[in-house]
Amino acid sequence: MVFSRLVEIGRVALINEGPDRGKLCVIVDVVDQRKALVDGPCSGVARQAIGFGKLYLLDFKIRIPHSARRKTIVKAYEKMDIGKKWEQSAWAKKLVAKAKKASITDFERFKVKCLKQQRARVLNKKFKELKKAQAVQS
Amino acid sequence: MAHASRNHLLAGGVPRYSRSAMYRRKALYKRKKVKVDPKQKKSVHFKVKPVKGDKNGEKRVVPTKKTRRSYPTEDNPRRIHSRKVVRPQKLRASLAPGCVLILLAGSHMGKRVVFLKQLPSGQLLVTGPFCVNGVPLRRVNQAYVIATKTKIDISEVQLPEALGDGYFKRKAQPKKSSGGESEIFQDSEQKYSVSEQRKEDQKKVDSQLVPLIKTTPHMRQYLRSKFTLRKGQYPHMMVF
Repeated sequence: MVFSRLVEIGRVALINEGPDRGKLCVIVDVVDQRKALVDGPCSGVARQAIGFGKLYLLDFKIRIPHSARRKTIVKAYEKMDIGKKWEQSAWAKKLVAKAKKASITDFERFKVKCLKQQRARVLNKKFKELKKAQAVQS
Repeated sequence: MAHASRNHLLAGGVPRYSRSAMYRRKALYKRKKVKVDPKQKKSVHFKVKPVKGDKNGEKRVVPTKKTRRSYPTEDNPRRIHSRKVVRPQKLRASLAPGCVLILLAGSHMGKRVVFLKQLPSGQLLVTGPFCVNGVPLRRVNQAYVIATKTKIDISEVQLPEALGDGYFKRKAQPKKSSGGESEIFQDSEQKYSVSEQRKEDQKKVDSQLVPLIKTTPHMRQYLRSKFTLRKGQYPHMMVF
């Protein structure tokens, strides 16, 4: 099993814990075995040391020298259009869907339930037809 | 209105202002003592009352204020007057007329109803509407209710004037006369029957609400359904 997402200078990561939860940041330098220096000028994350445990590594990487200044990071980030790529990724879309699901009102929940039932009815009907057809064949 | 004390105590129980300073502060030089007219001051302690009967002497000297018949053996402490004030119950911010509520207790537990208005007693006036889910015009305490974010615009709805706390208050059952046999054969409780007045008022309100409900798709089915918790649903994590 080969790891494809490595901790390296320029690796884009998703912060999973703390006040910056859900924001993207870039690994700028490694402090020690447990912490990285991280910065996210384009996503509102202050330059700070963060434990690796709080990060999810993403598939994106930008070319920056170690301990790069914010200006450099912004340039490289925008050149590769990381923000847009992230939003289009399946991972980001799933997060958005999850947040939406958690915030639906009681009425919306009811409507979702009705729609699910409708869909189930359609599926079951078709499934039974196919099953019947198969039984007839054999 | 009396002013609060213009003096105060410093640490050690020493008053901040002296007697003369207080004289100045209270502007007692401006206040003149009103002299009481000595004629008015006289209070009459005894009265002379005429007495009937030949041999009773024609009059008695009687005190105007009688002394107490008995004095208590113990000094009871003075009762402290409660400073509690009865205020109208505050309506939760999430509650507004037209809001859909979920009833959490009572015979209509779990049903979704329309909130009409808050009554003077603080309770909420709600209705199903009755023709939608069987909840009549009813009072409900806001503590036993979840307010959802769903609203129906009921600004045009006119509620009957009679709908107040007195309208809904339970009628005290007449006390039965203490007769042995009749009590045994009578029903212990008189069954409640809906008055014609209530049916009329319900119809008036329903007829206004139902068209409003029909404007929103699925709203009628929503009000007909009951609220239940499923696996993985945690009320503190849910948005209503």
